Amino acid sequence: MEQALGVHRLHFAFTITFHYIFPQLTMGLALLILYLKTKALRTGDDHYNRAAQFWGRIFGINFAVGVVTGIPMEFQFGTNWAAFSRAAGSVIGQTLAMEGVFSFFLESSFLGLFLFGEKKLGRIGHWLAAFLVWLGSWLSGYLIVATNAWMQYPTAYRTGRHGEIELASFWGLVVNKWVLWQYAHTMLGAVQTGCFVMAAVGAFYLLTQRDEFYGRTFVKGGVLVGVIAACLQLFPTGDQQGKLITDHQPVTLAAMEGLFQTQSGAPITLIGQPNVPARKLDNPISVPGALSFLTYRRWAATVRGLDAFPEDQWPDMIPLLYYSYHVMVGLGTMFIAVMVLAALLLLRGKLYESRWMLWILMLCLPLPYIANTAGWFTAELGRQPWVIYGLLRTAHGASPRVSSGNAWFTLLGFMGMYSVLSILWLFLIYREIETGPEPGKQLHTESTVPVEAK
Amino acid sequence: MGTLWYCLVASMIVVYVLLDGFDLGAGAIHLIIAKTDDERRQVLASIGSVWDANEVWLIAAGGTLFFAFPVLYASGFSGFYLPLMMVLWLLILRGASIEFRNHVKSRVWDPFWDFLFSASSALLAVFFGAALGNVVRGVPLDGSGYFFEPLWTDFRLGDLTGILDWYTVLVGLLALIALVMHGALWVRLKTTGPVNDRAARIAGSAWWGTICLTALVTAITFRVQPQVKENLTTWPWGLVFPFLAVAGAAGVKFELAKRDERKAFYASCAYLMGMLTSVVFGIYPMVLPARDPVYSLTVVSAKAGTYGLRMGAIWWTLGMILAASYFSILYRSFAGKVGAEGSGYDHADEHTASH
Repeated sequence: MEQALGVHRLHFAFTITFHYIFPQLTMGLALLILYLKTKALRTGDDHYNRAAQFWGRIFGINFAVGVVTGIPMEFQFGTNWAAFSRAAGSVIGQTLAMEGVFSFFLESSFLGLFLFGEKKLGRIGHWLAAFLVWLGSWLSGYLIVATNAWMQYPTAYRTGRHGEIELASFWGLVVNKWVLWQYAHTMLGAVQTGCFVMAAVGAFYLLTQRDEFYGRTFVKGGVLVGVIAACLQLFPTGDQQGKLITDHQPVTLAAMEGLFQTQSGAPITLIGQPNVPARKLDNPISVPGALSFLTYRRWAATVRGLDAFPEDQWPDMIPLLYYSYHVMVGLGTMFIAVMVLAALLLLRGKLYESRWMLWILMLCLPLPYIANTAGWFTAELGRQPWVIYGLLRTAHGASPRVSSGNAWFTLLGFMGMYSVLSILWLFLIYREIETGPEPGKQLHTESTVPVEAK
Repeated sequence: MGTLWYCLVASMIVVYVLLDGFDLGAGAIHLIIAKTDDERRQVLASIGSVWDANEVWLIAAGGTLFFAFPVLYASGFSGFYLPLMMVLWLLILRGASIEFRNHVKSRVWDPFWDFLFSASSALLAVFFGAALGNVVRGVPLDGSGYFFEPLWTDFRLGDLTGILDWYTVLVGLLALIALVMHGALWVRLKTTGPVNDRAARIAGSAWWGTICLTALVTAITFRVQPQVKENLTTWPWGLVFPFLAVAGAAGVKFELAKRDERKAFYASCAYLMGMLTSVVFGIYPMVLPARDPVYSLTVVSAKAGTYGLRMGAIWWTLGMILAASYFSILYRSFAGKVGAEGSGYDHADEHTASH
């Protein structure tokens, strides 16, 4: 049983981590495509339509992989976490079912129309299709975050006669302080992925001196939206998330920060390695008093460390939680620096000629993916040892009859399948970027065989 | 409330089978119905803009099942662990084949994805049928409310049941042949030329297979699951469901002979709907029959709290109205036959504009 639990956790962690590579881009891109379509509508310049089509093609590939890797997520609640589903299904089933009913139908119907029906729909109709795809994907994000928020901060429920958890207030589940801040923070992360990807592709075109108009459009769009998202990511959304953790999951805060001892004027550690057996951080480089200030707005405030809580309440993977949190915050800070710098160059009209800045933008491409993944690791590892915070322990949530042998079998199957899928995905995305926003146009670098018009 | 949600979830599953059923069926016969690259693009174009939205019915039905019957979701999904995971793998492979095929034109790329698309579609049809067979036959639930079924044991209907035994395999084959008929009728409706001719021939042959297997499986089902006969005796009006299936099957034959492509497809929908609703009616009030009837999960024992179900009924109704309107927009936009000139569906602009 104990052994199977670990495999079930790894199973979910692996499949969700892989899955989230795709929605974070599609949710961010949906907004940016809407931006491009709006520009096309307002300026009447067909370049923006072609730019939107180009990103639509990239969106399409990512959406397809996102859908096929997303179905296993919903299934796994039942297959691997049956005891959890049985206990909490009547609450979290609401938001998960609503996601299917309200957002997937919307998204899949109008994505088909957006990708294949441009001529038929007309200019306004096509803009509307882009809008509905954006709405569907952002609604989907909301309902998933609402599900997770309830697991972090269970509310609006009552306990039934046989100990089962029942929904007590629909609106309490769908709208509460936790879900609103977590949603804002999550979506800004997705927008940043979209912006960094768009800016990186634009920078690539400018650095290789091809498709200059599109290169400039992409860099500009990515940087303008990106600088806003990067700043809002830290303040107020990140700050408010931190406050919620401080108030409702204080032991998680201590573990995230690597704060083993309760102290007044608690420091924030920038770098250092948690040494859990010795209950201390090795080689710390810290800013004194900063943690007290950030959590309680007083430099001398007392922050409870891990020693203030019984050990069976501690998150069970403190080092990984600590690193996830630090990677997220470190990268997030770096994104602000990069985006602000790029935005300043843009305002002064120097960005497109600043090759060093374009290089930075291009090389930043993988970083928002890492930051978003680290953010989710922080949320999920921070919730441990609970699957529903304070209500149900993760150890009591797994399927009682699914052995570790069967769980390994399917985990390895997913690993194999996702490896193949990621190679194909990279190959196809690279081809789209290489083909560019004007597929018919002959590039001087390509062979002389005409591109076949399909 | 439990009975209401049983009907609502069942209706979503029926819609799923009617819609995704035709693209699974079209996939299963992809390699024999279309020979050249142009023809294969035609088949893919006939489902290209809708298969993804069709599949959403499975996800939405799964989610609704989860919230309305959490106990069933927990027992059923963990008990059918292995086959469900395989269904997921097949769905992944199938989605990838449809999406990736038309991105590259090459003599090794297209045939590979065509084969994978066809094989995964056919296997999915068999798996879904076998899953239905398992539900009808009953699963080894005990007092804990959980069970785990291996893929197979001795292929007999004894105490040691597996996912696959001779009965569930038979239901799986029926599902495959019925969806082949359904898919062929869809492809026929959407195409012209040689693909259209082959679709008519395949639908005609599949009709005979469907009829024979339906008769056989129905006869055996009365023995395997006594509740079916009991329900029909208690509520004779329930005969309307099997009657619908018979009428639908007769309609397919009749309309095939009359060459009315649209009505033949609708008749096939009626057949599938009749078959599925017969099962839904037949096992009620159980939602998951157990081999030992004492442990069966019912619409009462598996349902969620009343307040949640009541709130759900409100948003579900709203959501279904919205979904129905999206689907009517979607299907209307891509109505009519797909172009014969082998336009890949990722360039569907050309063929939607051409008619």
